[in-house]
Amino acid sequence: MIRIANGQGFWGDSLEAPLEQIRRGPLDYLTLDYLAEVTMSILQKQRSRDPRAGYARDFVEMIGRGALDIASSGLKIVANAGGVNPDTCREAVAKAINHRGTRIGVVSGDNILDRLDDLIGRGVALKSMDTGEPLESIRSRVQSANVYFGGEAIAYALAQGAQIVITGRTTDTGLVLGPMMYEFGWKADEWDKLAAGTIAGHTVECGAQCTGGNCQVDWQTIPDMASIGYPIVEAEPDGTFVITKHPGTGGRITVASIKEQLLYEMGDPREYITPDCIADFTSIQLEQVGPDRVRFSGIRGKPSTDFYKVSISYSAGFKAIGALMYSWPDAYAKAKAADAILRQRLDRLGLRFDAVRTEFGGVNACHGSLAGEPAPDIAEVMLRVGVRSNDRAAVERFTKEIAPLALNGPPTVTGLGSGRPKVEEIVAYWPALIPKTEASPEISVEET
Amino acid sequence: MARVKLVEIAHARSGDKGDTSNVGLIARKPEYYPVLLEKVTPERVKRHFAEICLGGVQRYELPNLGALNFLLHESLDGGGTLSLKADAQGKTYSAALLRMEIEIPDELVPKDSIRG
Repeated sequence: MIRIANGQGFWGDSLEAPLEQIRRGPLDYLTLDYLAEVTMSILQKQRSRDPRAGYARDFVEMIGRGALDIASSGLKIVANAGGVNPDTCREAVAKAINHRGTRIGVVSGDNILDRLDDLIGRGVALKSMDTGEPLESIRSRVQSANVYFGGEAIAYALAQGAQIVITGRTTDTGLVLGPMMYEFGWKADEWDKLAAGTIAGHTVECGAQCTGGNCQVDWQTIPDMASIGYPIVEAEPDGTFVITKHPGTGGRITVASIKEQLLYEMGDPREYITPDCIADFTSIQLEQVGPDRVRFSGIRGKPSTDFYKVSISYSAGFKAIGALMYSWPDAYAKAKAADAILRQRLDRLGLRFDAVRTEFGGVNACHGSLAGEPAPDIAEVMLRVGVRSNDRAAVERFTKEIAPLALNGPPTVTGLGSGRPKVEEIVAYWPALIPKTEASPEISVEET
Repeated sequence: MARVKLVEIAHARSGDKGDTSNVGLIARKPEYYPVLLEKVTPERVKRHFAEICLGGVQRYELPNLGALNFLLHESLDGGGTLSLKADAQGKTYSAALLRMEIEIPDELVPKDSIRG
């Protein structure tokens, strides 16, 4: 049995969680997921300004703080912290670990930004999986393009003796599957086992979201959320595993909490497609085998496809969102009146927007009219207005029209403490497929 | 028969993929799953979310988990970074689905039901 922990569900997750995972009990692996779809474009921008940037600095800081424990325990660490600059990330990690003889592996080759024109020229259209349009239609606005590699490349780096594996864009699930493939010698066509490792990865990839975080079922009684434990996979060579957490930590792992996470970001449950396999979520059998222990068995998988998924980001205009808070009496009526006044002023200025959206926090921002009419004496309502346009100047002007409402609109309004809202560049996401023959991971392992 | 809100017999979690939101609906007890299967049809869910979901609704069954997975297409104002919604990732749509009222046999009404 090997113990594989998750210490990070996204870039921005708890800084303490990975260190708690390391210090509270024995582990074989710590995995950390830093890359969301939009993260790659942010990192690409950072790198274009500074050739030494473009990776998850939080990871380097974590390694620095945990260096003594990591070096002395032999714990292995797998993280997609490399972003668009995994080699520079390795240099920073080597410095942070400050221990001679540590083998650090890098999985790269996922960044195909420089190859896009060549690929399109050779007929790889990289059509949007959402709309079917070819990439050509937004080619000039592309900011990043990364292939999702799977667990196999990570297993290969581990087989070369890496204690720390830093990847660019790999799948979240591959971070957990890779160590299982390596430790148990699973072959790349043992589909049921690969599916089991993939589902283990899916379960823990969002950190505490499977240990009682963001859990609807009986959330009021989940103990000690302030010290919530992050998940640990206890994996067996036959593909069964238990999801648990360190003793003494908060949160709760039950069949119900696990089910919620299994369904998170789910499409067709019989066809969960990764570069490694296709996992069938309808084959999962769950059993509570102890307090905070849920066992998975029966998992089936199918052969992987001939394609990798590519995550492409592109510039798609500008947006800004502003908010004002109106208090009792007539809070909702005031917020609605302010919205009408703002829209009249925007119209009069002749500003063109692709979308103007108004929501009333406390009334309908989450559920629309499903929430029903608010109480007539509602204590306060937040007016939230957003605009979107390709014309940056129009969005900029909007930000200057919302603030004056504090003085020249309906009364008892507050909430402009931080001033005018900011104009944001919209970086949109273009999912596409690329034949596996067109991209392959590059793996290198070096000793500090 | 008795009328109950789904929140009494199910729990849920939702997330996003582009402009599509997925809502996983899970029976709190095994005996509730057949009721969900019969009553919470894709057509019913589309009507429930008419204002939010501008595209179609697909439903997938996970009998092993006593759960249904719904895909709500075109429900996130373009999705991800494009969206102007406070809930651009549909994280609260799970709770929005739990507002739905369905008819269930009297013997299935939870004992601690606010209506029971």
